[in-house]
Amino acid sequence: MTGKSATSRKMLLLAPLLLFLGLAYVVPFLGVVRWSFTLPEPGVGQYRALLTDPLVQSVFARTLRICLVVTAATLVMAYAIAYVWVRGSSVQRMLAEFCILVPFWISVLTRAFGWLAMLSNRGLINTWLQSAGIISEPLALARNELGVIIGMTHFLIPFAVFPIASAMRSIDERVLLAARGMGASRIRIFWTVFVPLTYGGLIGAALIVFVFALGFFVTPAILGGGRSVMVAELVYLRIFQSPDWGLGAAISVVLVLFIGVLLALMRRFIKPAHLVG
Amino acid sequence: MPQSIQLGDAKAAEIKAVSIGKTFGAFHALRNLSLDIGRGEFLTLLGPSGSGKTTFLMILAGFTAPTTGRLMMDGKDITNVPAEDRSYGMVFQGYALFPHLTVEQNIAFPLKVRGRSSADIKRKVGEMVQRVGLTGHETKLPAKLSGGQQQRVALARALVFEPSVLLLDEPFSALDKNLREMMQQEVKRLHEETGTTFVFVTHDQSEALALSSRVAIFNHGELLQVGKPQDVYERPESRFVAEFLGEINLLPLDALRLEGDRAAGQFEERTIVLNRTMAMTGPNAVAAVRPEHMVICTGPQNGDRNAITCRVEGATYFGASTKYHLKTRRGTSLAVSMPTAATSPIAPQTDVWVSWPVHQGFLLPAGG
Ligand SMILES: Nc1ncnc2c1ncn2[C@@H]1O[C@H](COP(=O)(O)OP(=O)(O)OP(=O)(O)O)[C@@H](O)[C@H]1O
Ligand SMILES: [Mg+2]
Repeated sequence: MTGKSATSRKMLLLAPLLLFLGLAYVVPFLGVVRWSFTLPEPGVGQYRALLTDPLVQSVFARTLRICLVVTAATLVMAYAIAYVWVRGSSVQRMLAEFCILVPFWISVLTRAFGWLAMLSNRGLINTWLQSAGIISEPLALARNELGVIIGMTHFLIPFAVFPIASAMRSIDERVLLAARGMGASRIRIFWTVFVPLTYGGLIGAALIVFVFALGFFVTPAILGGGRSVMVAELVYLRIFQSPDWGLGAAISVVLVLFIGVLLALMRRFIKPAHLVG
Repeated sequence: MPQSIQLGDAKAAEIKAVSIGKTFGAFHALRNLSLDIGRGEFLTLLGPSGSGKTTFLMILAGFTAPTTGRLMMDGKDITNVPAEDRSYGMVFQGYALFPHLTVEQNIAFPLKVRGRSSADIKRKVGEMVQRVGLTGHETKLPAKLSGGQQQRVALARALVFEPSVLLLDEPFSALDKNLREMMQQEVKRLHEETGTTFVFVTHDQSEALALSSRVAIFNHGELLQVGKPQDVYERPESRFVAEFLGEINLLPLDALRLEGDRAAGQFEERTIVLNRTMAMTGPNAVAAVRPEHMVICTGPQNGDRNAITCRVEGATYFGASTKYHLKTRRGTSLAVSMPTAATSPIAPQTDVWVSWPVHQGFLLPAGG
């Protein structure tokens, strides 16, 4: 019975958060759901439009494509950083930690513009390559999908590092020693023991990154230059520019449902505690 | 595939450690340790926690480099040969099984590393599974196995590639008593079957005595004594070894003198005679006698025995044996352990005699 009152006391501590989530997200979202069935007229017309409108479909396809590529690129780079962070020398560890933490201090907007300064036609990379005589025409690095992918990957790497590093840390050193003692080379140990033991962290990281990427708005809007619109930007355009509130709302609902399914999958694969390291 | 240096064709190797030292910063984990490990021997490293047993085993395996000294195997210097090329079998404390691989895959790992054919691997793994009694568990993951079963997987994995040396670091410390005894017998049997050189670490003295062909006793990074179990138990060269291997009664002697191959000294007005096993350094020493070598009796017995008078203070019942706690007239505590079946209970405060055969007592230095 003390247990029961202790639980209810803990619930009380949670109450402000629940209230905030309810007022700031659940209630407005229910409003959005209503719009999707009522604007411009009641019915499932907007959802039917989603299935037929080629523009909406191409945006969805592009979003999925970008998110898959971004997830893959992020995982590879985050794995390398996490490896150095967990198993490197003390100097390497400090460097890795710096690389992981610094992005958190700089706003998304600043970073997107920073990449624009690097990648645009007259940005650092193109000017340097041109003045070095390596290329004559500027490479199309920004204002396209490539730019979006670079910017998003850069943003998402730290979020993938934590679950991966957490999985790496929980590997028993003796298991690796055992493999060495049996004559296995370092490369073999890495691929047949180390990496498989971090699959949990990799799956967690993949889901976090993918879900996060699906809702990206600022980075694609700036680095895509309006030419590679992703779902979130499409919602924005429908609501603030067309104005086609019903369709925007329906797209939002589909996106939220999709993310909900992914999160449910994630819960099945990994414990939330593993994600924060 | 790692380039495996052929270190010796013999299934069992002979290892020679020559003045091995290991320091961590200013701390000496091992000091000037020389030890010969014979071909096919079952050598146990015994010592208290922190005495350097694991450090020495890691040096043998090649995971740690010694700070000083050399390591020879079958006459070749292997001090700088890395662990992956030494390829000794190793059972780590806590087993260190591959958690993502099944029992079969765990055991197959060292064979795959060696590039054996899959038919060969299948046959060998099957054989090994049967040998360690894991039939029916082949496709389980380690987490689904009991402690004893995990232990067997670790043993099978370490033995399957027929290493010339098997190193075991406190493999049974996590097992309960019954399972422990069963596994000890199994390890002993595997040693006899394979003929491989075993180096076994434990801090359990009875385990060391029960299993080994020789025991090496460590303390504070030093090797104190190496010898057959019976020798180290009955003829320890130092007080530490004597006390570490089991309970022992120590009787301080005065007026020590030599009489041929024997020594004699005074303990509370009685003359105690002992075999002369150590070089005597002065007129003082202690007579050391194991509790089970003493008996309680009603008078000084005849024959080649010593006897002293004591008072019974109490008794502890251990099932097969009963241990009596006694005090001599001047207050030295003694313990005498006797088979329960062979004695009738003795009431506390009874005055008795305690006697033991001359050859069961030995001299130890008075100091430490
Ligand atoms: N990497 C290391 N750095 C610093 N000190 C170490 C290191 N490894 C071992 N030591 C120290 O060396 C000493 C011997 O350690 P070791 O692990 O060999 O003891 P052990 O005899 O195996 O003890 P246990 O029975 O507790 O396993 C200990 O005091 C330990 O703290
Ligand atoms: Mg140890």
